[in-house]
Amino acid sequence: MAKKPRIKVPKTAKSGETILIKTLMSHKMETGVRKNKKTGKLIPRKIINKFVCKFNGKEVMSADLHPAVAANPYFAFYAKATESGTFDFEWIEDGGKIITASGNIVVT
Amino acid sequence: MNIIKNITRVTSLMGVATLILSYTTNVSHSESNPNPQGANKLKSGYHWATAPTRAMQDDDFSNPAFLWVDIGSEQWTLKDGEAGKSCASCHDGVEKMKGVATTYPKYNAEDGKLRAIQHQINNCRTQQMKAKPWKWESDNMLGMAALVKNQSKGMPINVKVTGEAQPFYNKGKKSYMLRRGGLDMSCKNCHMDYTDTRIRANILSNGLGNGFPTYRLKWQKIGSLHRRFRGCNKNVRATPFKSGSDVYTNLELFLTAHAMGMEVETPSVRN
Amino acid sequence: MSMDKIKTKILDRRQILKGVGLGALALAGTGLSSKTVQATPDKASEYLSKLTSGAAGTKGKVTVKLPEIAENGRTVPITVSVDSPMTESDYVKSVHIVSERNPQPEVISFNLSPAMGKAEVSTRMRLGKTQKVRAAAVMNDGSVYTGDKEIKVTIGGCGG
Repeated sequence: MAKKPRIKVPKTAKSGETILIKTLMSHKMETGVRKNKKTGKLIPRKIINKFVCKFNGKEVMSADLHPAVAANPYFAFYAKATESGTFDFEWIEDGGKIITASGNIVVT
Repeated sequence: MNIIKNITRVTSLMGVATLILSYTTNVSHSESNPNPQGANKLKSGYHWATAPTRAMQDDDFSNPAFLWVDIGSEQWTLKDGEAGKSCASCHDGVEKMKGVATTYPKYNAEDGKLRAIQHQINNCRTQQMKAKPWKWESDNMLGMAALVKNQSKGMPINVKVTGEAQPFYNKGKKSYMLRRGGLDMSCKNCHMDYTDTRIRANILSNGLGNGFPTYRLKWQKIGSLHRRFRGCNKNVRATPFKSGSDVYTNLELFLTAHAMGMEVETPSVRN
Repeated sequence: MSMDKIKTKILDRRQILKGVGLGALALAGTGLSSKTVQATPDKASEYLSKLTSGAAGTKGKVTVKLPEIAENGRTVPITVSVDSPMTESDYVKSVHIVSERNPQPEVISFNLSPAMGKAEVSTRMRLGKTQKVRAAAVMNDGSVYTGDKEIKVTIGGCGG
């Protein structure tokens, strides 16, 4: 059963205001250097390697992640409110799987 | 020869354990403890957590444990089992669970047993919903237990230890005081005798579990109190019991009773 | 010993040596050869240099916020802020966080834009041991600024 990413985008903002966006995603961020305690075999790496935030289709912020990012990746960053629209978020996993979420904002 | 080797090993381990525990440090906390103490003047693990860990717990959005509370919320309205019911079918909105967690573990006359909240959840699932029970440490059970307990966040713990609950409480107390394992230590040794002293770089808390299920930074996920008990048992080189066992449920009642009056903090963030 | 038997012996030795060689290669591929892979301040500088197109950077404008002591090395909150107006003509293009003592130096690289309004990013990272964590900000004009913070990572409790 899927664990949905959590996103926090203010519902409204004044034009020109700098708003805080937060995201939290459930993921083990398996580093690839841990061993299975019973079999001794290496557990293969599986992490979220990229995070993208777009507003009305244009990239605001993105990040390239490595295994040193903690499990259940968390981000907090800023965006300037200029017009109403939608924030789209993407988490890309090793292997290409993409998890998405989005949040709307009304800018007055 | 083997017996002598083992005795030597255990003795030296005990020696090391004594050395570690004898390193006493006075811990001063400049931040005041915002959580009211229990009736026994014992404190929540929050008191010993560092500022960034507390900040993680205090933000309901970025507290990673809420990723599991979200699972619980989803399951609350999901119909499951042959009876075609969901939790909401009988219990309405999850806010109706407010206050419930403050009384658990609780004696149930139906089967004459002491039940932790997880036992009650599975009882609902199997008897009322005619659905499969959830494993103790599964994402679903952790999520549901955290969700239900979260409804009582901020409320004082108020478990019953008299009457039918008394024999279970007594058994839990006995467990707590019993020395066990290769290190020959009891829960009491760390969590009563040596509270506020260091064990390696950690400081020993009262170990009361008022915030469980908790997001443990070490586990990098949420986990149950019984999982923590298993860890403690293994750490003193004792054979752990099963999660959901009578031993651990009785122990949970003893701990919770000791935290009487302390606030429910579920889901907390701990080391 | 007859000639046939000697030939067989030599072949066996060759096969064993071959097997060991392949085994060593396989181990090396997992990054877990007999020598533990470990970042060092030099390796961190080398890695950072690749990201900043060779520029070593000037210390300043970049603040790395980390606790003094990590409660647990597996989850450590970190915030990096850069002093920048974040306008179309003057903004931070990227922020790179690098470790001096983890198994690998790379942690995370953020790509920023003027649309952010403020050059500050927060995340949670893993730290293997006491070390300095470094951050480098590459501006839109190619200039590079750096900052760092030392953090203590300890072994906890009875089980770690």
